[in-house]
Amino acid sequence: MKETVPKESLLKYSSRYLKKIFTGFYSLMQGMDITVKYFSNPKTVITQQYPENRDTLTMFDRFRGPVSMPHNENGENNCTACGICEKSCPNGSISVLATKDLSGRKVLGQYIYRVGQCAFCGLCVESCPFGAIELAKDFELTVYDKNELTWVLNKAQDTPSGEC
Amino acid sequence: MNMSATETLYPLHNGIGNMVRALFPESAFFINGLLGLIAVVILTSTLAAVLILLERKVSAHFQVRLGPMRVGFHGILQPLADGIKLIFKEILKPKGADSFTFYLAPMLPLTATFLIMAILPFDHHLQLADPAGGVLYVLGISGLAVLGLLLAGWSSNNKLSLLGAMRAGAQMISFEISLALIMLLIVMLSGTASLREIVLSQQGLIFDWWIFKLPFLGIISFIMYLIASTAELNRTPFDLAEGESELTAGYHTEYSGMGFAMFFFAEFVNMFISAALATTFFLGGFHAPLIGIDFIDPILNIIPGFIWFFGKTFFIVFIYMWFRWTFPRLRIDQLMSLEWKMMLPTNLLLLMMGAVFMVLGWAG
Amino acid sequence: MISQSAEKYRLDGDALPEGFRLPQSTQEDADEFFVNIGPQHPSTHGVLRIVVRLSGETVVEAVPHLGYIHRGIEKMAENQTYIQNIHLTDRLDYLSSFFNNLCFCMAVEQAMDIGVPERGEYIRVMICELQRIQSHLLWWGVMGMDLGGFTPFLYGFREREMITDIFEEMCGARLTMNFFRPGGSYFDAPDGFIPRIKKFIPIMYKALDEYNTLLSGNIIFRERTKGIGILSREDALANGCSGAVLRASGVSYDVRKNDPYSIYDQFDFDIPTSTDGDSLARYEIKMEEMVQSLRILEQAAATFPEGPHRSQPKAVYKLPKGSYYSQVETPRGIFGTYIVSDGGPKPYRVKYRSPNFCNLSALNHAAKGLKLADLVTIMSSMDFVIPDMDK
Repeated sequence: MKETVPKESLLKYSSRYLKKIFTGFYSLMQGMDITVKYFSNPKTVITQQYPENRDTLTMFDRFRGPVSMPHNENGENNCTACGICEKSCPNGSISVLATKDLSGRKVLGQYIYRVGQCAFCGLCVESCPFGAIELAKDFELTVYDKNELTWVLNKAQDTPSGEC
Repeated sequence: MNMSATETLYPLHNGIGNMVRALFPESAFFINGLLGLIAVVILTSTLAAVLILLERKVSAHFQVRLGPMRVGFHGILQPLADGIKLIFKEILKPKGADSFTFYLAPMLPLTATFLIMAILPFDHHLQLADPAGGVLYVLGISGLAVLGLLLAGWSSNNKLSLLGAMRAGAQMISFEISLALIMLLIVMLSGTASLREIVLSQQGLIFDWWIFKLPFLGIISFIMYLIASTAELNRTPFDLAEGESELTAGYHTEYSGMGFAMFFFAEFVNMFISAALATTFFLGGFHAPLIGIDFIDPILNIIPGFIWFFGKTFFIVFIYMWFRWTFPRLRIDQLMSLEWKMMLPTNLLLLMMGAVFMVLGWAG
Repeated sequence: MISQSAEKYRLDGDALPEGFRLPQSTQEDADEFFVNIGPQHPSTHGVLRIVVRLSGETVVEAVPHLGYIHRGIEKMAENQTYIQNIHLTDRLDYLSSFFNNLCFCMAVEQAMDIGVPERGEYIRVMICELQRIQSHLLWWGVMGMDLGGFTPFLYGFREREMITDIFEEMCGARLTMNFFRPGGSYFDAPDGFIPRIKKFIPIMYKALDEYNTLLSGNIIFRERTKGIGILSREDALANGCSGAVLRASGVSYDVRKNDPYSIYDQFDFDIPTSTDGDSLARYEIKMEEMVQSLRILEQAAATFPEGPHRSQPKAVYKLPKGSYYSQVETPRGIFGTYIVSDGGPKPYRVKYRSPNFCNLSALNHAAKGLKLADLVTIMSSMDFVIPDMDK
């Protein structure tokens, strides 16, 4: 059963045809009106010239960059080498190498961070109970050699004196 | 306007031409021809560079971007950098491609652009050659470009290229009919097929240009010309031959380095040529837009003709770009129905109306 | 190697390549050939490969091949704790990472009976609706680009950038959020959150008007999409379609309304539905969804409560033995998470029900008999995100 379409009169057909042409042209004109509005107003340009505006760029406070370990003015950090961050990392990009100081207490030897493996999820910072690590605002992480992607985050500390 | 036959044929003989003739009386004909060729090549290359930069900058500003900004002031040397990059790129030939045709194909559209460039009337005496059948010559040469695209698509041994080439062939051949009919209308009205004579037939005020001279008809046929030439140029909204979202890059998918550069080059110069022909046919060519006011017209007349010519041409080039950066693309069957169901009947109607106008004496 | 694979796709033999079901044409002059759309192709937006059987320019059959971006996320999930798993869900559908986070967290909450404070729920709803707009903006731009107009892409990204900035201020990331936690969210909303949203809403309304003029009203666009890729109600249901693809085919099903999660039942919004089933219907539904999301945002921003954003987090998340399912309505459809737990700190098995995979299976039904260019239109109107299909 094929439905038969009632035949239009020629007048109706041609008026529909012409209407389609004119509304079509009108819609095209409207689109051209929008684009030329942006063309003629250079203030609407939204792209930035990146390396030139480097000085004025500021990242948001919560920006998730690479892991860093803040040190105070004496060059000390808060890390107790508990290794919770290492356990919480999904990619195994953190290795906390603990060592013992002269009094036999467990202290941080080397905090190894492989930025090449990092997914910047922030779970290590979230899990750290001591606030020893944070996510830096740095986003230009490109290097030429992949060996440069393994960082040691803690600064070498002097042997604490007087605790012999 | 009483010039000798040689003057019409070789307007270059003024200035440099006369100098050459005085220095080398015997071989002046060949030297002048050679100089003309060099001029065309230099002009074409410069135009391609300017147009590529213009397209990139114009498209950027349509899209709230800045475009190239690095090479030179506001990226002014960017086409040069692109050119150097393309020259040093390796030309890859796909396995199973037909070598001879594959390397020949990019040269054909490029040749066509040089050939048409030679007959464009840039100014009163700035035209390399003015054949009496200039319009026929233009139509004939543009067939060469279609051939190039078809060969490129066929010889690449790539299905997407072939699809693109078939689309390009079908599209350009169909829209050429419309284009020819519109040109025929102007040829009929001006009574000559020489491009220079067509421009001269529009001498006078701005209302003597063919776009305004005919009541309604001029503007409609100008719009028709714009649509048909956009399709002929394979530009959006009619860029099905490249159709990067369907065919990756259409007929030039497999071309790299200079092969690609030649297609690119020809595409951009063709845009200029189409715009220049629109200027010639409708916008009074190198004539200043005189409006019949006594103290403005002499000022407009001081500006040399070729500046008017380039100004009008680049305005139309801008319209092409404006189309390209606003509209989405048509589908192949819609394109064909646009040509055969809309454009062709309208153009035939316009032609007949033009004839009626001429008989009634309304067309100047 | 090359010649071998070429042999495989030649029609001379009796057998058709894998996946093709329609019999070979019996006509003598049938001139069918195969074209690979992808895995590297501008219109697949990723690494999807679709083998298209063409007769001239007409699509006879389109068979998708998956596996080019398979990362084994479901297997990886078995070796990660529940908290670590949240960041893996970001990588499924990168345009709806908040939704994926939310869905996983809801399954954990359901298992461990964790409640969410009101402010936390508000943050969830607002962030998710923002992301719905963000995802649709990208889709809108890409749809314009697939149809040949480049400019919509940039215009869509302009407004999308504002939302992305809100996200970056909120959680520090722009794409892979890892933001929601069982019982709320990692961070509380920053001070600038509500003012930024209030600033954004009128801009977005204005932008939507502009989009409608630039693309929706454009005659070329309408001609390209109207009546193209009609998916019948039966096909849509049989293939498990969801989201705008399902709603365009005449089934008004939205998880937010039909099976409300979070606090969606407190807001007043509509579910746009159409019975046309074509690409234009899918397009218009998505455009309307942006308006509805803005409505939800307006209401939520007006009544944004004070208070805690997260209930007391647990030290270790161990789900009781059993299986748990939760689902959310992402910008592309129903996203479901099915967790089987054996009582340990890591899931025994995780299964993600991704909307794109099911929507992809309807592609052949919609594209059959149309032109090659229409296949691209349909693909972009169905809004595929490839990593979500392969997982």
